[in-house]
Amino acid sequence: MLTINSIRNGIVIDHVSAGLGIKIFNYLGLEDVDYAVALIMNAESRKLGKKDIIKIENHIDLDYTVLGLLDPNITVDIIENEVIREKIKLSLPDKVENVIKCKNPRCITSVEKYVTNVFYLVDHAKGEYRCKYCDEINKVSEL
Amino acid sequence: MLKGRHLIDPMDFSIEELDEVFDLAGKIILNPENYTEVCKGRLLATLFYEPSTRTRFSFEAAMLRLGGQVIGFSEPGSSSVAKGESVADTIKTVACYADIAVMRHPKEGAPKVASMFSEIPVINAGDGGHQHPTQTLTDLLTIRTIKGRISNLTIGFCGDLKFGRTVHSLIKALSRYENIKIVLISPSELKVPEYITNEILIKNGIQFEEAERIEDVIEKLDILYMTRVQKERFFNEDDYVRLKDRFILDKEKMELASKDMIVLHPLPRVNEISYEIDDDPRACYFKQAKFGMFVRMALIAKLLGVK
Repeated sequence: MLTINSIRNGIVIDHVSAGLGIKIFNYLGLEDVDYAVALIMNAESRKLGKKDIIKIENHIDLDYTVLGLLDPNITVDIIENEVIREKIKLSLPDKVENVIKCKNPRCITSVEKYVTNVFYLVDHAKGEYRCKYCDEINKVSEL
Repeated sequence: MLKGRHLIDPMDFSIEELDEVFDLAGKIILNPENYTEVCKGRLLATLFYEPSTRTRFSFEAAMLRLGGQVIGFSEPGSSSVAKGESVADTIKTVACYADIAVMRHPKEGAPKVASMFSEIPVINAGDGGHQHPTQTLTDLLTIRTIKGRISNLTIGFCGDLKFGRTVHSLIKALSRYENIKIVLISPSELKVPEYITNEILIKNGIQFEEAERIEDVIEKLDILYMTRVQKERFFNEDDYVRLKDRFILDKEKMELASKDMIVLHPLPRVNEISYEIDDDPRACYFKQAKFGMFVRMALIAKLLGVK
């Protein structure tokens, strides 16, 4: 089995659905950073069977808000001196920009690609977002 | 302060701001001769990405009656849009020439995008099945002028309540006024969407009821707002044939209504209002079209901030 050492300080983004890790890696812009990062794909998981993990060393200043939208199973642990100092509880962000696209084929964003896709959370329990432009309700589960 | 603002959604303006527009419209109706030059030297751009004779004429007549002038296109084939220009670039260019723009677009949210890139006020003249705020302003001004109030009213909506954007916008707008009762008259296939019942009516505590026949409820109405039942909305022709007459307003049904009830319709009408009632003083749909021009005159003047 592949072994990657635990980090001393930093972040561990764990329980990422297998295959989604690369998307999150790219979304967080980790391909361009100058600190140590590791993307582990298809690691064994008792809960998920297979999972992806991202480890980021010596850096905790990232915008995690969108992770809950991409995958509600994700856990984010802040590591300090090799112990978990904080577990960040993910929830659906109130506003989402350029992560999801509107499902309404009549929405202006379907043809004018330069327009920033913007959604506002309308129902947390149902995971529903309203498109800023056409007001279409988009369910996270369908995106 | 309405100067420089956009009108994209009928809820963009507060009730007080709507009153400001309606007050001015009322003054224009009384003394149109006082307003024939207020927009002299100003230019309205009409950007119509899909055909709409009625709304475009209403806006153009409004601007011309205020002494302003009009430029624009009435179908995208004859404009730079045909060459693939974006909405953002079109409005930025138009803003170099005109003082205010009106946009109709088949894509929902297009006028919103235009407003984000525009240095001049943008008015949404209809975006797909989404919004048509100046129709809502027209409806509200008509109600206010003829009934003398936009509160303490029982309003029946009849016909296609599922796809009719004018109905959805007007119900939303009415939900902000006091003591409004709504009666929804439609075949079960064409009932208002759930979000209107749940998010607007129930949430705002608006009293409402549903009916399947005009004659069952017409007696209690102050206003009957008619809409067209389109054949293509039905799953099969039998249902259409079975139901279409039920939603036609005729002399017989009008006899059951009170003498003060008014009939409105966003037009164009096909056959849902029988021609025999056009002479009935309660038939106000052509007056409504005229109020549409007056409210657009007031809106243009307010957004331009002219005296």
